[in-house]
Amino acid sequence: MPDTGYVAIVLGVAIAITVTLRALPFLVKGSLAGSPLLDDIGRWMPIGAVAILALYCVSRIDFGAATHGAPELAGIAATVGVHAWRRNAVLSILAGTATCVLLTHLM
Amino acid sequence: MTATLLETRIPAPSTDLRAAAREAGVIWAGLFTLGLGFGLLVTSDGLPWWLAPVTSATLFAGSVEFLLIGMIVVSAPIAAIAVTTFLVNSRHLFYGLTFPLHRVRGRVAKAYSVFALCDEAYAMLATKDAASLSSGRILWTQIGLHGSWAIGALTGGVLGSTLLGGSGALGGVDFILTALFVVLTMEAYSEHKDRVALGSAAAAAGVAWVVAPGSMLLVAMTAYAVSLVARHKLRRVTTGHA
Repeated sequence: MPDTGYVAIVLGVAIAITVTLRALPFLVKGSLAGSPLLDDIGRWMPIGAVAILALYCVSRIDFGAATHGAPELAGIAATVGVHAWRRNAVLSILAGTATCVLLTHLM
Repeated sequence: MTATLLETRIPAPSTDLRAAAREAGVIWAGLFTLGLGFGLLVTSDGLPWWLAPVTSATLFAGSVEFLLIGMIVVSAPIAAIAVTTFLVNSRHLFYGLTFPLHRVRGRVAKAYSVFALCDEAYAMLATKDAASLSSGRILWTQIGLHGSWAIGALTGGVLGSTLLGGSGALGGVDFILTALFVVLTMEAYSEHKDRVALGSAAAAAGVAWVVAPGSMLLVAMTAYAVSLVARHKLRRVTTGHA
């Protein structure tokens, strides 16, 4: 087991860096307030960020595994299908996850 | 008249909590499960059980936490840990610009909201119409994410790896986050049919995946942010602004 002092320093450093990264843009934002650039970023950033997060999840699928990523791909198909059908976020997430979990355990 | 005044003046925490739970409850459950997996990992790596809930409550940055545990086990140098944390979490630099912090009331509440600004909180809250979000709704959404992650880690740490036979039993449950981001992308697109934004984001993600698979999120977010500045300049040129 590593030394508690070492663990405390690790945590302290990681927390300081993470909080700084989360807080910095709010400080910069003040000087950009009302700028047309910030308006455009506000309009375009969220959709791009969630799309990138979704594609990142796809990139993490292990296509070399025994299932070749089939449970995850089926889960995405189920999520998209159910969401296009019912437009209910919770239902879509549950349907997709259930599909993925079931196939993971069956395959 | 009196009733209306009361309704507008008295904050309604239970309403906010209910609204947050209705929308984010399934994600809270997902984070609880992931936290459980994290707690199991910490104990199966031979680290003390309390490290899981302490890290999850104070750092609250999922992917970095998983990486840190591996680095703590091998007693990695602090500099390496600092660089890893910085690289993995730099994507957060792009969140603050458009997160609806102006809707959160109170200094302490704002500070907490910034502290707890994880991917899921940004994704669920920045894609909404900011005017429709109350301070309580934002805070409850974040408290729920933070709390379920930390309580999950506590549960996993206490149970230890022997009881549940490793995290294999949880196989597939982490898909809940994939589903969340897929759904949020569809919702954001149905609100603004912005094919340029979607196309640039896909291109940025594709390039990052090929060029820098190890730090895909950071490279993709940076490339996308650069494309937004270019798009902004281009739009101003084509619409005749200086």
